[in-house]
Amino acid sequence: MEQALLYVAAALMLGFGAMGAAIGIGTLGGKFLEGAARQPELIPVLRTQFFVVMGLVDAVPMIAVGLAMYVMFAVAG
Amino acid sequence: MASETLTTSEYIRHHLTNLTFGRLPDGGWAFAHNADEAASMGFWAFHVDTLGWSAALGVFFVLLFRQAAKGATAGVPSGIQNFAESVIEFVDSSVRSSFSSRNPLVAPLALTIFLWVFLMNLMDLVPVDWIPWALGDHGLGIVHFMKVVPTTDPNATFGMAFGVFFLILFYSIKIKGVGGFAAELTLQPLGKWFLPFNFVLEGVGLIAKPVSLSLRLFGNMYAGEMIFILIALMYGASIAVGTFGVLLQLSWAIFHILIITLQAFIFMTLTIVYLDMAHQEHH
Repeated sequence: MEQALLYVAAALMLGFGAMGAAIGIGTLGGKFLEGAARQPELIPVLRTQFFVVMGLVDAVPMIAVGLAMYVMFAVAG
Repeated sequence: MASETLTTSEYIRHHLTNLTFGRLPDGGWAFAHNADEAASMGFWAFHVDTLGWSAALGVFFVLLFRQAAKGATAGVPSGIQNFAESVIEFVDSSVRSSFSSRNPLVAPLALTIFLWVFLMNLMDLVPVDWIPWALGDHGLGIVHFMKVVPTTDPNATFGMAFGVFFLILFYSIKIKGVGGFAAELTLQPLGKWFLPFNFVLEGVGLIAKPVSLSLRLFGNMYAGEMIFILIALMYGASIAVGTFGVLLQLSWAIFHILIITLQAFIFMTLTIVYLDMAHQEHH
């Protein structure tokens, strides 16, 4: 039972993290494309900022992924 | 290892274990032979592979740039000089755009962080089994475990983040004074009548900086290495599955190049931004 719960925990962490990351980065990417369509000459500048913010939005989901992998493989076996 | 055949979970566990040297519960100092022994060492466990690889890569970075600096000419630049100059220009423009005060420490710190984290992450592209086999049971037989990517060890990432946190506190107190720093923590965003509430809010924000800095890097690298290990499992199945594994390894490695560079860049940029926030008066 404990083993099964550990797997469910890892699955929840991964699932919610993926949902949050997908919604956040999707919205961010949409705004980036909007901005790029308005002012194509600013694309390099916007692209740098896009990657910076993507790294920040991705941070907590990635932390969740790291911990979920640890639970799934190093704890649950 | 007693038997030569491993189950998949044993293989994965083996590749997730650091080479640990520490004090065993009976008082003797030795390398841990398995993960349970390593856990029993508690505080007195040194991850020798993390310490060794991070130190070696740091020395390599310093020697490489020293070579570029010593051989620098005003004429036609050599390859190393070109590389060093482009990296330094990149870091210089990043610092100039994010950091608005005067501090000669920040740009060299940013350069060190960027290249050191990048080099440590780059070790993830070496196939998972090569170095452990060469140094371990199939090769020289020196050590049982070897994790070559220091940034998959939360000790390494937290160590760097603590260094940045210490610098944030140091410069906050140096520029604003202890009173100014305390005022910034307790009098924002609501007035002085809400002091405990302000302190909790600002305290969480302050602690979140090093914690998120280190765990972001750790999470990305740990997940990436995990997937490399899972792909490496395919090589033991059959020729067909192994060939598919080669394709997967290649595509994941190419994607991982982006992640490696991006995470190093984000660590550097956030360090610069946090130090800038530490130097600025809030109003």
